[in-house]
Amino acid sequence: MIKLIPRVENSKAMILLSPLLAMTLTALSALIIFIFILDDIKVSSVFFTLFVLPLTDSYLFPELLVKAAPLMIIGLGLSIGFRAGIWNIGAEGQYVIGGIAGGAVGLYFYNVEGFWLLPLMAIASILGGMFYASIAAFLRIRYQVNEILVTLMLTYVAVLFLSAMLQGPLRNPAGFNFPESRIFHDSAMLPIIWEGTRLHIGFIIAIIISLVAWFGIKKHMFGMQIKITGSAPRAAKFAGFNDNKTVLYSLLISGGLAGLAGFFEASGPAGQLTPGLPQFYGFTAIIVAFLARLHPIGILFSSLLIALSYVGGEEVQIEYNLPSSITQIFQGMLLFYFLACDILIKYKVVLNKTKN
Amino acid sequence: MSKGRFSSILKLSVLSAVLAFTSNVSADPVKAAFVYIGPTGDHGWTYAHDEGVKYAKEKLGDDVIVTTIENVAENSDSERVITSLARKNDIVFTTSFGYMNPTIKVAKRYPDVKFEHATGYMLEDNVSVYSARFYEGRHVIGKIAGRMTESNVIGYIASFPIPEVIRGINSAFLAAKSVNPDVQIKVVWVYSWYDPGKEADAANALIAQGADVLMQHTDSTAAMTVAEEKGVHAFGQASNMREWGPNAQLTGIINDWGPYYADRIAAVRDGTWTSSDTFAGVQQGMVKFAPMNNNMPTEVKNEAMQAIIDLSMGAIHPFTGPINKQDGSPWLAEGETPPNFPDLLTMDFYVEGIDSQYPN
Repeated sequence: MIKLIPRVENSKAMILLSPLLAMTLTALSALIIFIFILDDIKVSSVFFTLFVLPLTDSYLFPELLVKAAPLMIIGLGLSIGFRAGIWNIGAEGQYVIGGIAGGAVGLYFYNVEGFWLLPLMAIASILGGMFYASIAAFLRIRYQVNEILVTLMLTYVAVLFLSAMLQGPLRNPAGFNFPESRIFHDSAMLPIIWEGTRLHIGFIIAIIISLVAWFGIKKHMFGMQIKITGSAPRAAKFAGFNDNKTVLYSLLISGGLAGLAGFFEASGPAGQLTPGLPQFYGFTAIIVAFLARLHPIGILFSSLLIALSYVGGEEVQIEYNLPSSITQIFQGMLLFYFLACDILIKYKVVLNKTKN
Repeated sequence: MSKGRFSSILKLSVLSAVLAFTSNVSADPVKAAFVYIGPTGDHGWTYAHDEGVKYAKEKLGDDVIVTTIENVAENSDSERVITSLARKNDIVFTTSFGYMNPTIKVAKRYPDVKFEHATGYMLEDNVSVYSARFYEGRHVIGKIAGRMTESNVIGYIASFPIPEVIRGINSAFLAAKSVNPDVQIKVVWVYSWYDPGKEADAANALIAQGADVLMQHTDSTAAMTVAEEKGVHAFGQASNMREWGPNAQLTGIINDWGPYYADRIAAVRDGTWTSSDTFAGVQQGMVKFAPMNNNMPTEVKNEAMQAIIDLSMGAIHPFTGPINKQDGSPWLAEGETPPNFPDLLTMDFYVEGIDSQYPN
């Protein structure tokens, strides 16, 4: 029998090193898979294309940042709730509602120029996401309904709502009756911060949000509250922390940020509302949050890492005709090794020879 | 280094540069890339495009180098994929409607690269559009379905309410009704092009509602498999799905993109490519049919064959008036046929007689 016994003290060094270790193991496993399925000559170039090219190529690198921004923003929001044990699984739905809300404001003021339009769209998207997450908060607080189920199910509702909007009020009147909105006018598009690429101001805002979150969790009372609620719920009660407030605020923050990410997507790389708005950012951000151990600065890096797997995965598909599942395999291995490393940091493996 | 040796190295390098240059000019294969929405193993839409690509490759041989990329979602990721392909290719085919705006954006940034977008409507100097008159195929299977149904209920698994799909539903219904006035059509929208799980659920739901003939405008073979299990009839979509429904499949609408792809790539090779708008059907051979199943009565088979012949000669049009819209308002007068634009290309209504509600 193999038994896992909690370690008395966790190695500080290993806690910091384990993400690197997980990455190394993932890379090694990828290498072994490539050696099995590819000619020798190709292995190193596939490896290069998958892991290095997106960081060095002048077109792919900004694309990597474009892809990372929504993951970062949603992951940050989720990490706050996850710390408190509030499981918002449906960030995807809040992202969609935020995108619709922000986009609808932009389309309402179609061809109206003004510096105020983007902030207005941003506010609408945050409120939209918050409202959508608050449904789960209300049901949880009032009727003790599990927020995992409510947020997840509401994701499907959000996607259908998007279809209905694109089939109805938000449909491009000159779009041959395809379910797509008009292309946003310039005032409703996010400013580009790197000329000639799609990198928009949302990336800078994502970094600012992660710094604010880091500071907030460290210094603010609410940060303390969610931490204790998550790790020691009884202690939190004794300390007089209001459980309902934790639920509400966690969901509002994660919902609002997911909504903002939806707006960034619509007014950034997409430039319009289409049925393709939902693209699993809300779910992938869960991996992002856990890879970072829910730490705001860690999320900066884990979102880039996951974005790398998307961009690199596409490139090896194009260059070497490898199947698209390569991205998912890579993400799956990364999470697996990371969780395995964490288990081994917290527990030691003991071979139990006695039979009971 | 001696002077003599230096000059010989110089000569050699000049010579090799010249050689490299001339060999470049003489045999420079066209680099063509294809963006697929699904996996090539869907045995439907993407499979049919991939078959077309194989045909073009075979036909053009060393003149073409092909890159394909599958499972590209119709979202902002597609713009990155199309850009990556545009950097390395002479012509890029984007084979689903949702790639339209990304294709146009990339085409503006790469004016020297040619683009071909399937099923869209936006043209540029370096962007062509192409699509097939699938509704002509629906006309044929509609006739068969109208004859073969015993419950008088045809089940229709639809993807997204876009004009192409609406055209198919209307065309199939009108053809079925022309041979069976009591026929009804029930439509389930799955809001996906490729989702075997949802497609199978929809097939089961339709059968539970009494449908004994299924049609689909989605890309997988899931519904065909369900039809075979439940002992009802169905039609292959985009490719021959006989293998999944040896008894169920009556025939199938086959999208044959091969000759078009070969022509367009050859045009790039020959320097004759120009932006064009193609909307071809049975007559041009872009819409074909799988072999008729022998379990169909001969009269039904003959009627379907006749419809195919008439379509291929341009003798009939699936939408020939008088036809009213679902709300009873007139659409086409006696003997009238609709123009491509706006009627066919922007179709957003059901015809009279369909009692399903139009999705809103």
